[in-house]
Amino acid sequence: MRPNHGGESARRQNGEALRFDLKDSPVRELNRALHERGAEGRSIRVANPGGKHNVAVGARFRGEVFIDGHVGYYCAGMNQNAAIVVNGNAGPGLAENMMSGQVRVKGDASQYGGATAHGGLLVIEGNAAARCGISMKGADIVVGGSIGHLSAFMAQSGRLVVCGDAGDALGDSIYEARIYLRGKAAGLGADCIEKPMEASHREELAYLLDQAELGGMKAGDFRRFGSARQLYHFQIDHLGAY
Amino acid sequence: MSAKIDRSWLAESHTFPRPVIREIQRAAREGIYDIRGFGAKRRLPTFDDLLLLGASMSRYPLEGYRERCETRVVLGTRYAENPVTIETPVTIAGMSFGALSAQAKEALGRGASEVGTSTTTGDGGMTAEERRHSNLLVYQYLPSRYGMNPDDLRAADAIEIVVGQGAKPGGGGMLLGQKITERVAGMRNLPEGIDQRSACRHPDWTGPDDLEIKIQELREITDWKVPIYTKVGASRPFYDVQLAVKAGADVVVVDGMQGGTAATQEVFIEHVGIPTLPATRLAVEALKEAGVHREVQLIVSGGIRSGADVAKALALGADAVSIGTAALIAMGDNSPELEEQYNAIGSSAGYYDDYQEGRDPSGISTQDLDLGKRLDPETAGRLVANYLRCLTLETQTLARAAGKSDVRNLEPEDLVALTVEAAAMARVPLAGTAWVPGAVK
Repeated sequence: MRPNHGGESARRQNGEALRFDLKDSPVRELNRALHERGAEGRSIRVANPGGKHNVAVGARFRGEVFIDGHVGYYCAGMNQNAAIVVNGNAGPGLAENMMSGQVRVKGDASQYGGATAHGGLLVIEGNAAARCGISMKGADIVVGGSIGHLSAFMAQSGRLVVCGDAGDALGDSIYEARIYLRGKAAGLGADCIEKPMEASHREELAYLLDQAELGGMKAGDFRRFGSARQLYHFQIDHLGAY
Repeated sequence: MSAKIDRSWLAESHTFPRPVIREIQRAAREGIYDIRGFGAKRRLPTFDDLLLLGASMSRYPLEGYRERCETRVVLGTRYAENPVTIETPVTIAGMSFGALSAQAKEALGRGASEVGTSTTTGDGGMTAEERRHSNLLVYQYLPSRYGMNPDDLRAADAIEIVVGQGAKPGGGGMLLGQKITERVAGMRNLPEGIDQRSACRHPDWTGPDDLEIKIQELREITDWKVPIYTKVGASRPFYDVQLAVKAGADVVVVDGMQGGTAATQEVFIEHVGIPTLPATRLAVEALKEAGVHREVQLIVSGGIRSGADVAKALALGADAVSIGTAALIAMGDNSPELEEQYNAIGSSAGYYDDYQEGRDPSGISTQDLDLGKRLDPETAGRLVANYLRCLTLETQTLARAAGKSDVRNLEPEDLVALTVEAAAMARVPLAGTAWVPGAVK
């Protein structure tokens, strides 16, 4: 249904943060405000998201967005520019196809976190469910906990850092994305192999951990995984791998 | 010297005729399925198996060239702030830059724009050329999300969520290494020269309940301005169309099994999905049962070649059609003028279907820069426009003959079938009878 454009759920407090209360209003007004780039350094505070879907999607806003509560599907989808913090858990498709900016979830995230994301940094402080980083195309994803099965499936580029364990079929059919895993993988997917950690990789990882502000993690505790590049051209002798 | 053989004594097997023997031996040599472009080549029930009933005593026709016969269609009137108005009920289907050369994409945009209709991007994203040369551009939202970005999404006149394709319902895309040039690889964020496989399912939703939320996301991102189409390959169109409607689509696109492809397994092209004829009827039934026929517009595609095909699809209840293969042929694909060049790559005009190889002498289905230059976008665009005009005129001619002042006033009552199978699939009477096979009273 077409959303109700009427009603004013946004209000400013102390002339600073623009505030939206989603308790009794649709996400339309919030999203419309976030589509304006606005002046840098501004902030928006969102109360009572109540697990609603499509909170803060398509943002071009060049400031910070604080969402106080749990969100449903596709929160921060296709984000550009904005720094979005979810003080709660996130549903499926968190920050899907993000282009730039930063998204941080203080709790856990459901499946498809960071799917097809092209750029920016996604930090999930808790755990992420299945298919985290599926088909990622250049973004960086850092997960404080563990991730589910088929994560980084067909991941094209970017970096996925996992401080806990990974589910089965990690990095199945991966292209040029790099995976850094601190714990154990239940299993590797087709064409995904462990690769040596060179100094450049430790440096890259240390930078990502620093950006994610997770603390207490040492780059030396991680292993690196990526593509064996054996499936880049179809060969009948590899049929068993598909 | 071998003895002369009297072939009248030789019996060829129906089960193992020479083409089957050739394919088995090719499979034994190469150990991999055959991949090709184009669409289904087998004989199928088509719109050719239907006839339109012209006006006579009980109905009177409209005067050709004098009495107006409307062809304009507005798509996306359900929720979008800015519906798409096309001046002819024929649009250009989604075909990717990558599968097609930049010149071919530009030509399609030019041709479509000249007659006031839309063209569509494909797997791999939107190029600046096609946006610049297409007044109305539909942006495909595909499982691979190659080149997908919100700026292009907002630059589109409509968004088409691709669930499936008629040539391969249930299958993902592929673009072989020969066509993954530096520019194509850059747009798709892939290593140059690899065999690219596109996913068959969307990465962040499964099923109609998720799709409803996905459609809302796309509407939110585009501020509810542009229509959102949902495209399905024809396999179970009755259910798929109703689910697309329930999920909130403005327009449903149903692509029959004759729909073309740039590269798909032969076994997939010829053996999966149902023809455009029954798919059209089932899709219309689904919209009527849901009470949204004409409110949610229906576009059908797959093997549309002439104004007769267009008129019959509209008579069954579609709002518009899409053409892909026919538009490429209009530009010169498979032209007899290129016979020697087709021979040089082991094919012949009228048979060429190896779009996946990128060696197309017409400069259409290639990423070879020299081959691409053979296609002049202005000339080819003019050919596309002429062809679209011809389709429109033919459709109007048939509609006027049936006494219709709008091509969409054509109706099933204007049709009869030549074969029992077409009568059953279209649910119109067998010509000369009142028999509609399969109809339940």
